[in-house]
Amino acid sequence: MTFDGKDKLWLSGNEAIARGAWEAGVSVASGYPGTPSTEIMEYLSSYEGVYTEWAPNEKVGLEVAIGASFAGVRAFATMKHVGMNVAADPLFTAAYTGIRGGLVILTADDPEMHSSQNEQDNRNYAFAAKMPMIEPSDPSEAKEMLALAFELSEENDTPVLFRITTRVAHVKGVVDTAEARERQEASIEKMPAKFVMLPGNARVRRAEIEKRMAALKQKAETLVENRIEQGSAKRGFITAGVSYNYVKEAFPDASILKLGMVWPLPEKKIKEFAASVDELFVVEELDPFLENHIKAMGIACTGKELIPSQGELNSFIVKKSIEPQSIGKVYEPIDLPMRPPNMCAGCPHRGIFYGLSRMKDVFVSGDIGCYTLGFLPPLSAMDSCVCMGASVTVAHGMSKALGEKGKGKIVGILGDSTFMHSGITGLVNSVYNENYTTIIIVDNRTTAMTGHQPNPASGSTIKGEAAHSLNFEKLCTAIGVKHITVVNPHDIDATRKVLKDEVARDEVSVIISRAPCVLLPEEIRRQKPVYFTDLENCTGCQACIRLGCPAISWNPLTPEEALARGYKEKQKGHAMINEAQCVGCGQCAAVCKFEAITLKEEN
Amino acid sequence: MKPSGNILFSGVGGQGILLASEITAYALLNSGYDAKKSEVHGMAQRGGSVVAHLRYGPRVYSPLIEPGTADIQVAFEMMEAARYLPFLNQDSVVVVNTQRILPPAVATGKVAYPDNLMAEFENRGIKVIGIDAFDLAKQVGNLRTANVAMVGAMSCFVDLDTEVFLHVIETKVKEQFRDINKKAFLAGHEAAQAK
Ligand SMILES: Cc1ncc(C[n+]2csc(CCOP(=O)(O)OP(=O)(O)O)c2C)c(N)n1
Repeated sequence: MTFDGKDKLWLSGNEAIARGAWEAGVSVASGYPGTPSTEIMEYLSSYEGVYTEWAPNEKVGLEVAIGASFAGVRAFATMKHVGMNVAADPLFTAAYTGIRGGLVILTADDPEMHSSQNEQDNRNYAFAAKMPMIEPSDPSEAKEMLALAFELSEENDTPVLFRITTRVAHVKGVVDTAEARERQEASIEKMPAKFVMLPGNARVRRAEIEKRMAALKQKAETLVENRIEQGSAKRGFITAGVSYNYVKEAFPDASILKLGMVWPLPEKKIKEFAASVDELFVVEELDPFLENHIKAMGIACTGKELIPSQGELNSFIVKKSIEPQSIGKVYEPIDLPMRPPNMCAGCPHRGIFYGLSRMKDVFVSGDIGCYTLGFLPPLSAMDSCVCMGASVTVAHGMSKALGEKGKGKIVGILGDSTFMHSGITGLVNSVYNENYTTIIIVDNRTTAMTGHQPNPASGSTIKGEAAHSLNFEKLCTAIGVKHITVVNPHDIDATRKVLKDEVARDEVSVIISRAPCVLLPEEIRRQKPVYFTDLENCTGCQACIRLGCPAISWNPLTPEEALARGYKEKQKGHAMINEAQCVGCGQCAAVCKFEAITLKEEN
Repeated sequence: MKPSGNILFSGVGGQGILLASEITAYALLNSGYDAKKSEVHGMAQRGGSVVAHLRYGPRVYSPLIEPGTADIQVAFEMMEAARYLPFLNQDSVVVVNTQRILPPAVATGKVAYPDNLMAEFENRGIKVIGIDAFDLAKQVGNLRTANVAMVGAMSCFVDLDTEVFLHVIETKVKEQFRDINKKAFLAGHEAAQAK
């Protein structure tokens, strides 16, 4: 038998959602990358007939989708959970305007923080913004339910939230395919009472929201996606999203009320279900969202008393929480050295962080991107990191608090994509309300962290077509920054000098540290020189080791071994370059004072 | 045939774990199983610890393997084999690439690479098969096929026809790399059988 690849596909949740958006006849989609949502827009961009784009941030992306909806076509916005905070302003008011073409807003939450700075539960946004929210359990459901989300949006004149989590986005499963629905024709239709949210109009629309949510609550009672799986009456579980899978495996015989729509809730159905079982449990990851609302209905249930509210669940945790006696012993983990992700060999960020690591009394206000790895040893050169764009503004706040004491000591550092996402307004503030910070834009020409999405400075679109490339120097000049220096971070000495001079200034200065990410396809293809360690000259000083380059390792020696190699007896070892990994950035050669690191061609 | 099973893949970013788990998944799908696979990615940087859970059966719900229930672990690096010990049980089989890749703390001389990791399995009575996948790949002529050699070694312990795997390689791998990957697969299969 051969797995049929035509009407059945093996897809990740994100691939399935892209397919689902195309099948649902989406015309315009906009998003900002963010794990675990990124691949949705990437895959969707490969489908014909859908306009896709990378927006500079999530607020822009959502507003673009709202605009497309106002023009009467189906529109889709994607973001990671924290991106919804950035997009929250248009989000809340979009509930008031409602839609013309179906509008679905996807949030990809990251319980366990596999690659995020927090693990907020965005179901709370559905409640707060007064919008329905759909939550699938796996790739197959993700595709099917996206079609439902668009239908609900159009039937009820409301944006619909669509929540996935990492274990839906990055899980592969078998998905049935369907034909694409016909796309609506876009048109201009003026509906000011609905689209112009001045207080007078907004008050009218506010009442509409209440009516619509009441209707949706009714709908929730009969929605097939809110289904009861009748099993043993001993235990009943109310669950949704990925947690449903864990309950199914932990308690295969139990009765389950699986909610495909997690807001608004079907109160009658929940009451009936509760009455049909001896004991009711609510199993959900993160916040007691369903549980609190169910308890508010006056229904007794057990939830977070037993089920952890931090991190991901799995079937083992569900079983252990509810029936600890049924759990056997498992092996304890062995204590092993960690293997965190590391800046790549030849990463341009390393040069600038090496410079900062040598400036011990400078506070480095960091930001989010590959360069956040500058926090890790041996560089250890980042002192704060809150959210995208905060490097610039936290630095400003610190400088205002410290006054004279902070002069020459406050640096902000952020990536090119992060700068355009939300660093620009902060820099405007720094100039307007005068401070003395130095802002370093580590410009590697791409959004590397999330997998190399092009951005407004990269010179290409999501589809790889040529696009205008934003000029940081001119932008910073226009903002009013008087001191702007461009430096090549691989040039260690020049970088250290620029850092020293600019950080010492009494005014805002910007350093643009510019060199392409080594993982960009054109960089991978480029013929690169390779360095090697001239072992005779190595004194074991470890200057190169302090760069933390994965292509350089330390080879320890006993005194006898050291002597045998012709070193001084007290030399503890020598450095070694793995030539297969070296991409020839030359940073190590620059920090070596003993000519022990040389270009391969020179020999 | 076993009605259901759990295969855990572990290693270091950049070792080709995702392709290895994809080939295995398709081999299971082609043999009539339902399957789910979970992996965490999203960091472009190389060199971090990587794990993929692959579960199969008549109908799979959870994409995650429970601790103590992995039937097979395919580990692409010694330490990344030992890291996932809690997923194993007495009856698990560990197929491990004997290569060692130094994590930052070891490479910079801060800590030593733990030695005798094989004993961690053997002492607990867990069957462990060491494969020098790097060497096998070198022998077939392409270092990048070490991951498929590992799939070949693993294939000795799942109830699937070798042919099914070869068919998947035929249909899923780029044409210019098909033959060399088939060779690597078979080399891995033989190496594990010989143990
Ligand atoms: C509000 C928000 N949106 C998205 C993300 C996900 N994210 C983290 S870093 C990053 C971009 C980093 O790109 P850049 O600033 O160019 O730095 P690089 O990784 O290239 O060094 C993104 C999109 C996030 N953490 N927060």
